[in-house]
Amino acid sequence: MMTSNPIPRHLLLRQMILIRRFEERAAEMYALGKIAGFCHLYIGEEAVAVGAISATREEDYIVTSYRDHGHALARGASPNQVMAELFGKATGVSKGKGGSMHLFDVARNFMGGYAIVGGHIPIATGIAFAMKYLEKDAVVLCFFGEGAVPSGAFHESLNLAALWKLPVVYICENNRYGMGTPVERASALYDIGNAARAYDIPFHQVDGMSVTAAYQQMKEVIESVRVYKRPSFVEARTYRYMGHSMSDPAHGHYRTKAEIDEHKKNDPIFQLTQEMIQASEMTPSDLTKMEAEIAGIVQEAVDFAEASPEPALSALTEDVWVE
Amino acid sequence: MPVLAYRDALRAAMREEMRRDPNVFLMGEEVGFYNGAFKVSRGMLDEFGQKRVIDTPITEAAFTGIGIGAAMVGLRPIIEMMTFNFAILALDQIINNAVKVRSMSGGQLSVPIVIRGPGGSALRLAAQHSQSLESLFCHIPGLKVIAPSHPRDAKGLLKSAIRDDNPVICFEAQALYGTTGEVPEGEYTLPIGKAQVRREGADVTLIGWSKMQLLCMKTAEQLSEEGIDAEVIDPCTLRPLDMETLVNSVRKTHRVVIVEEAWPYAGVSAEIADRIYYNALGFLDAPIERVTGEDVPIPYAKNLEAAALPSAAKITAAVKKVMYS
Ligand SMILES: Cc1ncc(C[n+]2csc(CCOP(=O)(O)OP(=O)(O)O)c2C)c(N)n1
Repeated sequence: MMTSNPIPRHLLLRQMILIRRFEERAAEMYALGKIAGFCHLYIGEEAVAVGAISATREEDYIVTSYRDHGHALARGASPNQVMAELFGKATGVSKGKGGSMHLFDVARNFMGGYAIVGGHIPIATGIAFAMKYLEKDAVVLCFFGEGAVPSGAFHESLNLAALWKLPVVYICENNRYGMGTPVERASALYDIGNAARAYDIPFHQVDGMSVTAAYQQMKEVIESVRVYKRPSFVEARTYRYMGHSMSDPAHGHYRTKAEIDEHKKNDPIFQLTQEMIQASEMTPSDLTKMEAEIAGIVQEAVDFAEASPEPALSALTEDVWVE
Repeated sequence: MPVLAYRDALRAAMREEMRRDPNVFLMGEEVGFYNGAFKVSRGMLDEFGQKRVIDTPITEAAFTGIGIGAAMVGLRPIIEMMTFNFAILALDQIINNAVKVRSMSGGQLSVPIVIRGPGGSALRLAAQHSQSLESLFCHIPGLKVIAPSHPRDAKGLLKSAIRDDNPVICFEAQALYGTTGEVPEGEYTLPIGKAQVRREGADVTLIGWSKMQLLCMKTAEQLSEEGIDAEVIDPCTLRPLDMETLVNSVRKTHRVVIVEEAWPYAGVSAEIADRIYYNALGFLDAPIERVTGEDVPIPYAKNLEAAALPSAAKITAAVKKVMYS
């Protein structure tokens, strides 16, 4: 394990708490009808995006699925603009046209959230292709759920990334369920690593409930992809606490409340907080202060979104063609 | 007659056909244990078991192709698309296999498959989840395309689709699943390729299917308050089109407005307009108007989404235009 990089624990904790509180507020705003459509919360899984994205460089790229709030925020997208996007306001990261599932912040190389399962894996691979073509050192992080692993787009992409030695890290956020389907009923590969091995892609398993583990391992993986110019595959074992989207129940036929509660014992925020307090890196009152500061940021985001205007009707026909 | 929700009528059709014919089965994402993403298949796993109500991974191309292969050797699959946006992943299977093997084999094979699920917008699902893709499917020779707007038709047409020896695409709509209406019990089928006159009128013919049919009816009621007597026609089947019913109406009203949720370019409404011009030009007193979705990907923002879709106001404006009033 590399020890030369000190782990920025405060930063990791802060980002996870920001994402958690942001999404808790988003859920409230959804219930109030301020946010509509499909809205998929990342609560419980924060350590994956925060650990991985904190390990990137500015020039690296992020591509992800519709469960994208955490990734956008971890990449540094403005909470105001992300909340405004969820509200469908003109000030949103995607001008209100994308909504929850389609956050884009291209200035930060955050290349979008996509809502067709598996559909973004080829384009992430394509950005990696361009990095190679342009002889750049940037690495592409491509996040997807384990539900995308059986898809054709996934397999076709892995084959080409391996064949053409493309600088992409495939990050499977294995939260065990695709909607109501447990992975063992959807994938003949219960060990997802076998998909990577089949294409001769190095495979790493990460504890997706530990942000420090995720950060450390991702740092190594990303830097090795940068140096060796070939793809890598990370499976982060994680867990979603909420329903698949705001329209689905948290538990039901496919899992019990007890199972969710069991996983909550490994909560990534709780774990890191405990570790830091025990190591005297933080006091409970530091935590309270951090929470208060984050509460302020989230409140400001809601206020900003609320006060922002809807897009002008003229925006309807904009951004379709490049004029 | 019992009153059923649209989703329950679809389920009644599938249940009855599965009881009648052991070769009919249902396959798709979350159709079994989850009882269907939109609860269309609720309870079907309990009744028919895992052999006939089959949950799949998120692999539309493969499970559609598997349905096609199974149909080639005598099974009668019903493939549920969680939404038609995902059927795009299966277009190769549908276009290159389902509708080609009959012709390529010189008629040795047939593919009695039904591919069904919701299409269209459904309250701010944004660009990738709001698409009305009927015209893509209507373009393909060898496919039948139905788009029921009422529970009664949903049952009758789906039963006919399951019995049809051709591949049939059935467009439903999320916004319709909860709508209710009287549905005949037991054996009840509606012929594919037959339009229905929903409202008789003398002044103008409104043509719309799926949830646009409901919008046409609503607009017709509003128009009647202004003294405009609209006839409303539901094609029910988009391919093959029932031109006779359409032309009969044009003969009577001489004015036509076609309402389609999808984009205007190469839309089904353009095809219908062309066929009316060809078959009934002499009866028209005004050029046909088409009210369609705007020519843009559907945005998330509430006001933009509303502006992107057909509305009663847009239909009314079109009616006034064809009536020169
Ligand atoms: C091609 C396609 N088919 C079906 C869907 C509907 N759908 C949306 S999310 C989802 C489950 C995805 O699960 P997973 O990939 O594990 O990601 P998670 O939601 O758990 O993050 C399904 C079936 C879709 N969006 N795209």
